[in-house]
Amino acid sequence: MTSLTTDPIDPTALGALVIRPDHGAVTSFTGHVRNHHGGRSVDRLSYTAYPEMAEQECAAIAEEAMTRWDVVVAIRHRLGDLVIGDIAVAVAVGSAHRAEGFATCRFVIEEVKRRVPIWKHEHYADGTSAWVDPTAGTERRESEET
Amino acid sequence: MNGYRVQLLARYAELLGAEELAVDLPTPATVSMLTDALRALPGGSALPAQPVLARNLRIAAPGDLIEPGDALALLPPLAGG
Repeated sequence: MTSLTTDPIDPTALGALVIRPDHGAVTSFTGHVRNHHGGRSVDRLSYTAYPEMAEQECAAIAEEAMTRWDVVVAIRHRLGDLVIGDIAVAVAVGSAHRAEGFATCRFVIEEVKRRVPIWKHEHYADGTSAWVDPTAGTERRESEET
Repeated sequence: MNGYRVQLLARYAELLGAEELAVDLPTPATVSMLTDALRALPGGSALPAQPVLARNLRIAAPGDLIEPGDALALLPPLAGG
């Protein structure tokens, strides 16, 4: 199952991929583009990836989750240019009961953020832009947007 | 000397002005020999002392050996999600 996409993410369609007849729950998480970061006003952003490794890591995370819990997992991460409110990442977990659904969903999104080689370039309302570096705050690269 | 091709991602491609570079290193070479060579290039001084390198789609340690045919990629701090 491919996890990276440049198309808008449909969380309902993602949930449909993980539901089974013995499942009583679909637990989902969607991460959206917000209009602020570090006190700055964000207009839009773009995601880029090391695609071969990102796909491998998403598949490994889903596999680890499905080994640890009796669940079915689907992950989508959007690449390219996104605007405020767009879904950047979505996780759907199908399970018999809600407890393992919530636990799996939390595990998966935290592992995606920790392990999947994807980068975010923010474009600010004042015309500047910067690569986001969660380890050192935002590395600001002043540049005029045209 | 052998040529090692390394992909540069996101901010590191901007710093070094290329999405892929070829670096000549003696054989055998280690991850840290490659990252030191990249840091010596124009723009490379802004890289961390030990930037993260993926070897064949897995994070490698600084002392790991690399081979000329390996898929090598220099990864900035991750910011997905």
